[in-house]
Amino acid sequence: MLTAIIALGVLAIVIGAVLGYAAIRFHVDSDPVVDQIDALLPQTQCGQCTYAGCRPYAEAIAAGEADINQCPPGGEVTIQNLADLLGIDPKPLNPEHGEHKEKTVVRIDEEVCIGCTLCIQACPVDAILGAPKQMHTVIVSECTGCNLCIPPCPVECIHIEPVPKTLRDWSWPLPAEARHD
Amino acid sequence: MTEAPHRPAPLDLSFSRRYRFHGGLHLENCRAAASDQPILPAGIPPQLVLPLAQHIGEPAECLVTVGERVLRGECIAQATGKISAPVHAPTSGTIAAIEARPVPHPSGLPAPCVVIDTDGADEAAVAGTPDYTQLEPEALLEVLRESGIVGLGGAGFPTAVKLGRRNHVELLLINGAECEPCIACDDGLMRERAQDVIEGVRILRHIVQPAATVIAVEDNMPEAEQALHDALVRLGETGIRVLNVPAIYPTGGERQLIRVLTGHEVPSQGFPADIGIICQNVGTAAAAHAAVNRHEPLLSRIVTVTGDGVRHARNFEVLLGTPLAHLIEAAGGYTEQIERLLIGGPMMGYTVSTEAVPVIKTTNCVLAVTAHSMPAPPPAQPCIRCGRCAEVCPATLLPQQLYWHARAGNHDAAQDFDLFDCIECGCCAHVCPSHIPLVQYYRHAKTAIWAEEIQLRASDIARERHEARLARIDRIKQERAAQLVRKKQALSDKAAGNDARQGAIQDALERVRRRKESAGITPRNTDNLTPEQQQKIVEVEQRRRDRTRQQDTD
Repeated sequence: MLTAIIALGVLAIVIGAVLGYAAIRFHVDSDPVVDQIDALLPQTQCGQCTYAGCRPYAEAIAAGEADINQCPPGGEVTIQNLADLLGIDPKPLNPEHGEHKEKTVVRIDEEVCIGCTLCIQACPVDAILGAPKQMHTVIVSECTGCNLCIPPCPVECIHIEPVPKTLRDWSWPLPAEARHD
Repeated sequence: MTEAPHRPAPLDLSFSRRYRFHGGLHLENCRAAASDQPILPAGIPPQLVLPLAQHIGEPAECLVTVGERVLRGECIAQATGKISAPVHAPTSGTIAAIEARPVPHPSGLPAPCVVIDTDGADEAAVAGTPDYTQLEPEALLEVLRESGIVGLGGAGFPTAVKLGRRNHVELLLINGAECEPCIACDDGLMRERAQDVIEGVRILRHIVQPAATVIAVEDNMPEAEQALHDALVRLGETGIRVLNVPAIYPTGGERQLIRVLTGHEVPSQGFPADIGIICQNVGTAAAAHAAVNRHEPLLSRIVTVTGDGVRHARNFEVLLGTPLAHLIEAAGGYTEQIERLLIGGPMMGYTVSTEAVPVIKTTNCVLAVTAHSMPAPPPAQPCIRCGRCAEVCPATLLPQQLYWHARAGNHDAAQDFDLFDCIECGCCAHVCPSHIPLVQYYRHAKTAIWAEEIQLRASDIARERHEARLARIDRIKQERAAQLVRKKQALSDKAAGNDARQGAIQDALERVRRRKESAGITPRNTDNLTPEQQQKIVEVEQRRRDRTRQQDTD
């Protein structure tokens, strides 16, 4: 009787110690679900979902506070991917947050720019280069097309432009008959 | 005795039998139209347009400026990154522009090009390399890399990269099995310049040091085979074998040719090097010969101009960058019923919309067709699941499944059916009784997947930049807060600090005075004065004293 209690007690202590150690040693800081959701979002950081960026939106989805259909830049593809990940039914994009458009970039009209730096402060990915009273310019390859720099501009010198297609990201069109599906 | 499954049986290098690859088609051959006549130099066009990306991998980086004069063989764009190839000026002339121009690509999109106004002098830049047999393989690879040599069979993979990746090479396979109907550039090359090919093969062999070296030709190119045999005899070369393979399309595909000769399969998503084989095109071998023995980088290639849309089909030796218009003119111009212009053969070629596009390193054939010889395909009908596509697929894929998934945009599923093992040979679409443009579906799916990957990488970078920005804003905020705390601390300490500071100033002054005394420093400009100067000083002193006294009395 006593042996059994001691044996089980020792076992409980040992296993408890191992589990306790593992919990500290292999501690995961962030919620892996948030990471997985974040990986599916387009990282435009535009805030159209009403959250302050893609990661806060991912956290809200993981917490069940936000729906999966609030990301216009991601569009149907992102909604489908999120639905697959979370095992729920996809739903159409919520029009309250905007509609899905082809990716664009912005360009600063350098003749008009007064160098106020307001757009630099607004850019979520540091894709605008410039200094006070100096000309500003957009690093087009880093621009996500969030358009957050447009409202702060006092002289309206920032314009939206389509992303030029290159040989690298061009893809063959689907044959005509499939496009009617 | 059975081999472990992960270790395939060693290659049979006796080549005593031919194997059969799955599927394939017997196609009517129309190679003779072009290769029965000697190769004709297409001459120097007034302008050459040289795209910076004529190969697989990173585009080359331009080294010249507009207005600069360049000589034949001069490097005008250097390789960047691991997989890349330089571009050389094919003749002497002046750089007219560096801008986006239409390039041979199914998209019809323009891409960065260097445009050379040729001067007709064809003045060469001087270069030289020592006897290659004395060179280490590594040095020889460097020569090939600097010469801008890429796979001339059509893929355009940088040759030096391919040869440099080898581990142990059992078989060096030189591909002369030009299987697509109508294309005859390799046939012409082997018929007329068999010796160049053999010399080139010797160089490649010196680099990879294989156990066996084989040149494969189709059994319907007897002239080429004979020419190679003759050249071997002439050069006294006994270490290279010329073998023929049955002319079944697409036996010229790398994987199919390896299967036919060795019976081995290149693993899915793998390379021939994984089973100890390096495969190179005959044109690439000839280019290696020119680079090493004649010190000439890749400046021209042989292009077949054929089809019933041109008057005189034949092979041309064409400077890279030559616009198709110039080439068509050299072939006697179009016939009246010309319908469209293709780059590549009738099975795998793609239509180009303008004849301003230039010949690049991978252009093997220009095909001008009439509606009669290549009518537009009838409208596609629904798939009737006959399975003929699967019967002819040389990659043993399930074209029907790929079709469904590609059409539905289900790219993951398409990849599960080994979409990327598809060589786009066109056999499935050729036999499809419903005339479904199957290959276009596969090309769409492949390129869409690549585009998605590019997008994914871009979003990863955006995430990183956004996180870096948030971290920076946070850091600045903390630094400001810390600074504020320090300032407040300093203010509250001010009263107590005043006396201490005065004391410190006095100490410092005292220190300076003592140092001056100990060093014996006195104002120099008051020594050794003349009596007049001394007098002036006395007067000034007197005036100052008077003024001070006056102020005191006021």
